[in-house]
Amino acid sequence: MGPLVPDIIGNELNFIVAIFIGISFGFILEQAGFSSSKVLVGLFYGYDFTVLRVFFTAGVTAMLGVILLGHFGLLDLSLIYINPTFLWSALVGGLIMGLGFVIGGFCPGTSITAAAIGKIDAMIFIAGSFIGVFIFAEGYPVFENFYNAESWGNVRIFETLGMSQAMFAFLLTLAAVGAFWMTTLIENRVNGKPNPEFKPGRLYIGLTGLAFLIGLSAFILPDIRESYMKEVENKNYINNYKLKTMDSDELALSLMDDDNTLQIVDIRPADEFKSLSLPHSQSLTLRDLFIKDVKNLLSIKHKKYVFIGNDEFSSKQGAVLADMLGFNNIFYLKGGLELFRREILNYRKPSGLNTRQEIDVNRFREQANKIIPVIIEKNKNSTAPLKKTKRVLGGC
Amino acid sequence: MEPKKYMNPYLAGFFLGLTLLATIYITGRGLGASGAVKSAVVTVMQVAAPNHTAQAKFYNDYLTEHQNLPLKNWLVFEVLGVILGAFVSGLISNRLKFTLDHSPKIKSQTRIAGALIGGLLFGLGAQFGRGCTSGAALSGMAVLSTGGLLTMMAIFGGAYMFAYFFRKLWI
Repeated sequence: MGPLVPDIIGNELNFIVAIFIGISFGFILEQAGFSSSKVLVGLFYGYDFTVLRVFFTAGVTAMLGVILLGHFGLLDLSLIYINPTFLWSALVGGLIMGLGFVIGGFCPGTSITAAAIGKIDAMIFIAGSFIGVFIFAEGYPVFENFYNAESWGNVRIFETLGMSQAMFAFLLTLAAVGAFWMTTLIENRVNGKPNPEFKPGRLYIGLTGLAFLIGLSAFILPDIRESYMKEVENKNYINNYKLKTMDSDELALSLMDDDNTLQIVDIRPADEFKSLSLPHSQSLTLRDLFIKDVKNLLSIKHKKYVFIGNDEFSSKQGAVLADMLGFNNIFYLKGGLELFRREILNYRKPSGLNTRQEIDVNRFREQANKIIPVIIEKNKNSTAPLKKTKRVLGGC
Repeated sequence: MEPKKYMNPYLAGFFLGLTLLATIYITGRGLGASGAVKSAVVTVMQVAAPNHTAQAKFYNDYLTEHQNLPLKNWLVFEVLGVILGAFVSGLISNRLKFTLDHSPKIKSQTRIAGALIGGLLFGLGAQFGRGCTSGAALSGMAVLSTGGLLTMMAIFGGAYMFAYFFRKLWI
């Protein structure tokens, strides 16, 4: 599951990756004509909308890609860098950059691209941007409060607007396609002649249709996590799902043996876990099963993963979800912790013991009833909460 | 030889989008540019005025975050790649040439002043915006960050707002 850094690609190798990504970035910017300030500012005077076309196509492509990768569980969206929102600083910074854009004719990325092919004005622009950063750095004590004001955290636009991600993505895709059509018309009028490259031929009608369909697909496909959650809420589905079980006695035996292949996944609420937690256990919520860190926890070979909840149903819910997500060696505790309490922790010898088996079970349970509370007590403070990886730090 | 034509903008945008998507998938972060300038400024200051950088909060925070190696920053490496990639693109499309682009109606001194002031404003604004057109606007749009999209709207809205006053520079 992505992001591949830092588990699959180490932090050092990431710098090499950065160079290759940069090569692709710079090559495309130059090929698109972003090395010319004349092309860039054309956007603001209506004679050349290249920037809008490239920028919006790129943004929409990447946005839909991120949504689809997240949808199919290939990218953990809780780990990727979401530019934090500081309302005033974001707006004022943007306005200053807009002013810089029409005066200087470049932005930082495009100035580097243009300087690389010998544009002297771009080199001067870069020198200017050094001075700009320097001014900010020296004036930081003055700017600091403003810079950190109205901090909204890593919010995403659809949350701010109170709509679904798919809805916003769909609307943005539509807006982009609409802007492409409109700006082509404006461009033709300003230049007094149509640009032969963008005659609304079949290709562009086809592309519009395709963009529309892809935008729509993000809308129809429900979030894969939500559809999993819906299924595990379904009683019939859970009851008919075939999974391996572990009963109270087996679990007790494993605990008494201090069996290292045992990994208990406790899906009770955190406060209940705090008041009683078994050794070898990790407290998780159902939704935690989707995150990347849990994937690492549940993918160790030769481990037996036993899900426990208060009753059999909730124990099985967790196990079913883990099984659906493709994890192996998943068990659930038969009867849940309720039965484990009755049969082991609060075990009382029944009045009549008739068969040989009943006598053996009784002997085992009486023993377990003495030992396990001691083990639990000893283990009390050693269960650590799951270490969740923090978001990647990015930004400029 | 004549410079070759630019790539179809929609195709270029699609490839740029895929590059950005690959960046997010591999590294968990987006593209950027102004961050490399910031790193370079901190590096210069670290050498030129070590006592000052040790005290001033902006430099100090940056140096602490980068274990005193301000150049060891992902964006610095990415920008090295950008220079290389743009150079190769210029080479194969016959666009490598030292020129000072400007409208025939203005003097080259005017263009130089404009580039310098524009760069200064962009560098300053990118600090407030926590990223520039690449790091805040484009990458922010890909992950639908509220701040990134606000900055994007402010950049383009601002540019349209001010465009009229600077039209003589371009048309």
